[in-house]
Amino acid sequence: MVQPETEIVECDVLICGGGMAGCGAAYEAAYWAQAKGLRVVLVEKAAIERSGAVAMGLSAINCYMGMKWGENQPEDFVRYVRQDLMGLSREDLVYDIARHVDSSVHMFEEWGLPFFKTPEGRYKREGRWQVMIHGESYKPIVAEAAKKAIGEQNIYERIFMSHILLDKNDPGKVAGAVGFSVRDNKIYVFKAKAVISSAGGATLVFRPHSVGEGLGRIWYAPWNTGSAYKLAILAGAEMTQMEHRLVVARFKDGYGPVGMWFLLMKAVLKNAYGELVEEKWADLLKEWLPYGGGKPIPTPLRNHQMIQDHLAGAGPHYLRTDEALQKMFADVQNDPKKIREIESDAWEDFLDMTMSQALLWASENIDPAKTPSEVVLTEPYLMGSHASGTGAWVSGPEDIAPKEYFWGYNRMTTIRGLFAAGDGVGGSAHKFSSGSYTEGRLAGKAAVAYVHDNPPPPTLDGDRVEAIKKELFAPLEVYEQSRPAVTRGDVNPNALSPKQSLLRLQKIMDEYVAGQGSGYITNGPTLKRGLELLELLKQDLPRMAARDLHDLLRAWEVWDRYYCAEAHARHMLFREETRWPGYYYRGDFPKLDEANWKCFTNSRYDAAKGEWTLTKRPFIQLIP
Amino acid sequence: MPTYVNPEKCDGCKALDRPACQYICPNDLMVLDKTLGKAWNQEPDLCWECYACVKTCPQTAIDMRGYGDVVPLGASLTPLRGTDSIMWTVKFRNGQMKRFKFAIRTTPWGSIEPFQGLPKPAAETMKQVALCGQEKYLGVPQLPTVSKS
Repeated sequence: MVQPETEIVECDVLICGGGMAGCGAAYEAAYWAQAKGLRVVLVEKAAIERSGAVAMGLSAINCYMGMKWGENQPEDFVRYVRQDLMGLSREDLVYDIARHVDSSVHMFEEWGLPFFKTPEGRYKREGRWQVMIHGESYKPIVAEAAKKAIGEQNIYERIFMSHILLDKNDPGKVAGAVGFSVRDNKIYVFKAKAVISSAGGATLVFRPHSVGEGLGRIWYAPWNTGSAYKLAILAGAEMTQMEHRLVVARFKDGYGPVGMWFLLMKAVLKNAYGELVEEKWADLLKEWLPYGGGKPIPTPLRNHQMIQDHLAGAGPHYLRTDEALQKMFADVQNDPKKIREIESDAWEDFLDMTMSQALLWASENIDPAKTPSEVVLTEPYLMGSHASGTGAWVSGPEDIAPKEYFWGYNRMTTIRGLFAAGDGVGGSAHKFSSGSYTEGRLAGKAAVAYVHDNPPPPTLDGDRVEAIKKELFAPLEVYEQSRPAVTRGDVNPNALSPKQSLLRLQKIMDEYVAGQGSGYITNGPTLKRGLELLELLKQDLPRMAARDLHDLLRAWEVWDRYYCAEAHARHMLFREETRWPGYYYRGDFPKLDEANWKCFTNSRYDAAKGEWTLTKRPFIQLIP
Repeated sequence: MPTYVNPEKCDGCKALDRPACQYICPNDLMVLDKTLGKAWNQEPDLCWECYACVKTCPQTAIDMRGYGDVVPLGASLTPLRGTDSIMWTVKFRNGQMKRFKFAIRTTPWGSIEPFQGLPKPAAETMKQVALCGQEKYLGVPQLPTVSKS
């Protein structure tokens, strides 16, 4: 094996992950860095032009207040998020994103992102919070702004970030981060006064519906491996709501978006017998008061209705695109030109952001105006940006955060100088692309402020850096050392391939930690058995063998997902209630328990001892 | 729908300093086979089918085939991405064709001037809650706030 060379990069603010949040952080940090000439560096495991969850494009921006039109105010948004999340949100964080998000969206338009407009010149609304865009190039446009803001020389691509470094003399403080190139035999040690983790949420922790060629054709991006969580967890940062997850109803097998169909086109979900799922199971909502009595129906409760209907044997479930389009055609008196426009909007929704769904329609000769399409619930994802709030426990903004939620700098984790944004921040759901970008901006400014207040350079722990470097390339050594044991192939008594390791993780999670194959249900004993199997997997993961740098990337992505999985299972075991039916059920605690569990469940991992500590943190309502 | 590469069209991006698909793939899948001098998808089961490589290939050598777990054969979906718009040709399994054209950008590529028209920041404003360009971009004169409970 060729010994890797090491490059040391010194900077003031280091951004790990160049998706929407990372690009927002780069933009904002670069602006404020001008005051004292600080260096801002952005590291990305792919190419930022097409990286992160928005790489493929989007057909809508799902978080926009429209304050300049008087459409919504930030407090309206907080109430909406509270309802959808069944009560639990960090309202200071949600409010903060809502009050700033419009400025980000207006910038996107100035930079060249095309918006659908109304005759009066407003953004065309898909729903109360959503505006419609021609978003094929959303990410390349945002990436261009980030590149221009910090300078291409400060963007390091194709580097996978594996560990946060803590200060040798002050282990409660960040000192930088380490990663390796997936193109050259090279390890990068970034020495930084402040670090922003915007490295994305976690997919493929659970076994998805398709496990052959379709393993990667899941709803959220398969390159989102939970780096944002693993970086924070191993650094010892406090995490929140790691038991939370996202399960969404999407078009079956292509996982195309349904938002426009439900919100704009007023399509409905019916079962095989033509019954409206929402009406048929309306009474179920009464078991989940007060949230079940509010509007809109929370995402997990809508899932819950669909699951109950499935268990009643009434599937498949169809989104009635046929009925919705026929009604829309009739509304325009079947004018062929207008029909063509409606049809174009319907297809663009897929072609901007989930092309596979369009290809699937073409493959089955589906005309959505004549044939409804099946909808299913996805496997669970761990993310902090959609209808879920998994992530790091961070300080809120100084002017609005209660004292329990404030420790000096907005979006700073419990490790001084380590910030988080996007999927990486817990308790602030529904930020989507624009809110993630905005949260990156908030973290970017706060990180510069932190560097102003803490100018001394960090001290790296040389021994720790050497230990990580050795660990990073170990899978390549395992490969070489294990090969003589077999004639040919991946079956080896001394090694596991990264892919097989991933499949083993997914099997445990699906079967013991309430995956879709288990009907999203588990209980204490099942979770404990799952944790036993996870511990055995953890003992085996150092046996992952990488034949090349691509495999090495995959091996480290398995570690990302492993830590997400363990945190998820431990938090689910700790929270003895079912707060989000339709996301997951604790069969042994099947009800909402407001008296004991209307609180955040937080954890901290001690990497040296391999021990987790779980605690409750108070929920504080900010908006009446 | 994992990607595959047409050997008759792919030239390994000989004229470029690196293969375009290998540069852009968000999941490190597209790679140059040095013996063949052509690109291929080294791990199709982790392909999100995002079309980044299909759109960027200068030879239009890359296409998708519906993922084998479920998708029937015979359809195709072909993009042609220009500077301000993208054209999609949808071919159905039964031969029916549809074409769509959508805007992708309203300004020239490379034209963004991130901080144009914004004042230089002063160090003493670092602790204020305003983000860069708030006056220009927020759309309302005052940043909303709320009292701590």
